[in-house]
Amino acid sequence: MLQVSNLTKIYAGGVKALDRVTFEVPDGQFLAVIGLSGSGKSTLLRCINRLVEPTEGQIVWNGEDITAATPEEMRRIRRRFGMVFQHFNLVSRSSVITNVLAGRLGYVNPAWSLLNRFPHQDVEKAMRQMERVGIADKAGQRADELSGGQQQRVGIARALMQDPEMILADEPVASLDPVLAHSIMKHLEEINQQDGVTVLCSLHFLDLVHRYADRVIALNEGQLVFEGLPTEIDDQKFKEIYGRDAERVG
Amino acid sequence: MKTKPTSIWKSVRIGLLTVLVLVVFAYGFQITQVDLTELRSEQRQESLRRVLRALAKPDLFAYEQEEVIATAPLFIPCPSEESLAALPAPDATNPYMVITPACAEPEGTVQVEGFNFYPNAKGPLRFVPGSDPANTVTLGNGIAITDAQGHFLATLELPDRPSDEVQYLRATIRRNLGALPKLTETAYSTWDKIVETVFLALLATAIGTVLAIPLSFMAARNLMAAVRSPLASISLSVLGWPVGMVIGFLAARWVGALGEPLASSLLANLAAVVIAPLGAWQALRWALPQEELTPPGTGIRLARALLIAFAALALLFALFQLAALAMNLGSLLEDLLASFGFLGGFLYQIGEILRLTTPVLAALAAGGALSSQLSRMGQHYSERAPARLVKAFNLVVTAAAGATILGLLGLLIDALYQIGEPSFTLWIPMAVGAISGLVLAAMVKPKDTLPNGMFIYTITRTILNFTRSVEALVMAIVFVIAVGIGPFAGVLALGLHTIVSLGKLYSEQVESILPGPLEAVDATGANRLQTIIYAVVPQIVPPFISYTMYRWDINVRMSTIIGFVGGGGIGFLLQQNINLLNYRAAAAQMLAIAVVVAAMDYISSYLRQRVV
Repeated sequence: MLQVSNLTKIYAGGVKALDRVTFEVPDGQFLAVIGLSGSGKSTLLRCINRLVEPTEGQIVWNGEDITAATPEEMRRIRRRFGMVFQHFNLVSRSSVITNVLAGRLGYVNPAWSLLNRFPHQDVEKAMRQMERVGIADKAGQRADELSGGQQQRVGIARALMQDPEMILADEPVASLDPVLAHSIMKHLEEINQQDGVTVLCSLHFLDLVHRYADRVIALNEGQLVFEGLPTEIDDQKFKEIYGRDAERVG
Repeated sequence: MKTKPTSIWKSVRIGLLTVLVLVVFAYGFQITQVDLTELRSEQRQESLRRVLRALAKPDLFAYEQEEVIATAPLFIPCPSEESLAALPAPDATNPYMVITPACAEPEGTVQVEGFNFYPNAKGPLRFVPGSDPANTVTLGNGIAITDAQGHFLATLELPDRPSDEVQYLRATIRRNLGALPKLTETAYSTWDKIVETVFLALLATAIGTVLAIPLSFMAARNLMAAVRSPLASISLSVLGWPVGMVIGFLAARWVGALGEPLASSLLANLAAVVIAPLGAWQALRWALPQEELTPPGTGIRLARALLIAFAALALLFALFQLAALAMNLGSLLEDLLASFGFLGGFLYQIGEILRLTTPVLAALAAGGALSSQLSRMGQHYSERAPARLVKAFNLVVTAAAGATILGLLGLLIDALYQIGEPSFTLWIPMAVGAISGLVLAAMVKPKDTLPNGMFIYTITRTILNFTRSVEALVMAIVFVIAVGIGPFAGVLALGLHTIVSLGKLYSEQVESILPGPLEAVDATGANRLQTIIYAVVPQIVPPFISYTMYRWDINVRMSTIIGFVGGGGIGFLLQQNINLLNYRAAAAQMLAIAVVVAAMDYISSYLRQRVV
């Protein structure tokens, strides 16, 4: 159970990215986060594993206060949050397998990992994860030689290496075409349903939300403006979330 | 649309600006003494022509020559009849000359006819002042050219050198030996020095690159801005450095002394070099498990720390033995390998370097290790302990850290300026440091973090910028004094300059990496060092290689002139020959520099294309 209460983030320039956002995510849920670009979706996801330091508010995860964790504790917490990014954020010059193994860095002994030595079982695990997302044959290739869809699979495999209890997906399909988008979303769905991993996923397209999400929260200018089931978003709600002039597409 | 009428003020402004620019350039002409009338002077043009001709004929190839010399007596002015008659008749079996007339007034003209010389050869025909026919000083610039019979006929203007005694004319006729010209002395020495130059640049670049990389991380804003620590942690790490360095240095000395009895035996060295690292490896394997999900208890951690210390000592021992091995093997090979003895010499030098640097490395490693360990403990304590206790702790350790920093600075000042008054250079600075530490600790909230990363960043940047502004040539002057004239001084000067300039260039590359991968690796729970290795290093490899190549290029060019101040390399020869007005030799060296620099340019651009 993830409990976010009164989460506020004000950036150095005075921009209020999040404004007293409060919500809960039960274990095993697929929660979609929607809203316009710049509405605070990315900031919200990054506050949860404190890649972005929240200004105020509290995030409690299974009884552990994330906002009060020390750096050392934070590293231990982070390794159980897998993260998937819009632009994949792979190290483009490293091989696919190195990128996947990087997901294990929070667990392995730092001294050995600096020499690029990973335990045997981790390498095997990496191969299994790559098989699972269908890129096992690309293990030795450089990450930037892969297509967009393949790169995002590497990103998912990297997140899976962390044995995550929750996956934070920041617009994971926004830079992919519709066919690839569905295949990536299916992987996330499968991880959610088979492994029981909670998924927090920000999305742009409402059809994806309808198709995959259990529940939706919507942000507008940093404020939580909607919380409920995907089917509850009618035209009225849509205009509240996206503004008066918005038109539905897809 | 209405076109705006040009304002009168605008025209005036432009006019004034034009006048100002003209004045600036006129003043520039005056300051830099632009003077083209000088160029028109006969004398300058003549010298210029001579120098350009010499430069166009680099002293690289020359025929081996043989020569015959003949002298003929001559009176200036004409003496009494009997002295003229007393002149010996020329020996017609050897090359000889006949001067007609045999005496002349000063600045008069004589005809010289030579016989029995080499056929179709030539050489200088000169007046030899004084009464010694072997005098090396000659006057005039006559030339004798022989025909197929070895005979020549020349007219010579005599100088204004009247004398009562007999004087001489000398012809030196030379001919080339062999069909092809041979390399000259200058060519050989130029080759020697250009090789020295290239290697000087190579070593400087290698040293510079290795040391610039860690510096560049410290001078990269994007890496350092996130580094913040509580005061206790910072103070403890400040204390950890000097203490750790002393411990490391002493440990290295102790281990070095321990291995001394083994040092002379090659077999013992070899055994130690194999066994000690194996032991260390096993110890480390146990002490650093590859993965653990729960943090271990205190007892196990202590045992691990001891094992790691043991492994470090074993590694130190191995390093010393490796140094001894390299030195022993090197001196052995130097005798054995004959003309490849320099390989043995190289091995010996490497051993020597290893032996000298091991204590320094040990000190740095121990300093770093202790400092980071203490800093982690400080962090831990600040997070766990109640604020009041942390405050008290901060007061103590920050005062100690302040006293340590200023005390060490005071010792440095004493060493440089020889003040010899410990109350000024040690006790007062320590007191000031302690008091500033107390003030700082009193002002900072006990649980706050301070931006120590940005502090290190600023200091590193400042040092880089200051040192970079000193030209390598100036550094070379200092190093020549430190290690003597020769290429080693050049290596050190260029190396230092390479460190600071590459440090800056590299750090700019680190600052421009994509933040995405950094964020992604951070999000997996990796620590800072892991993030650097997995997200930063792969991104900066291509620009680093490219800049290193570029720097090697610069270093080759710099090393050609570092010899001007005694830093070794070809510059020394070049300067010497320019000073001796030996322009043909200087031309040979300039040509060598041009060839090497052009070749380097070509090679480095090729490699950059291939690697990056």
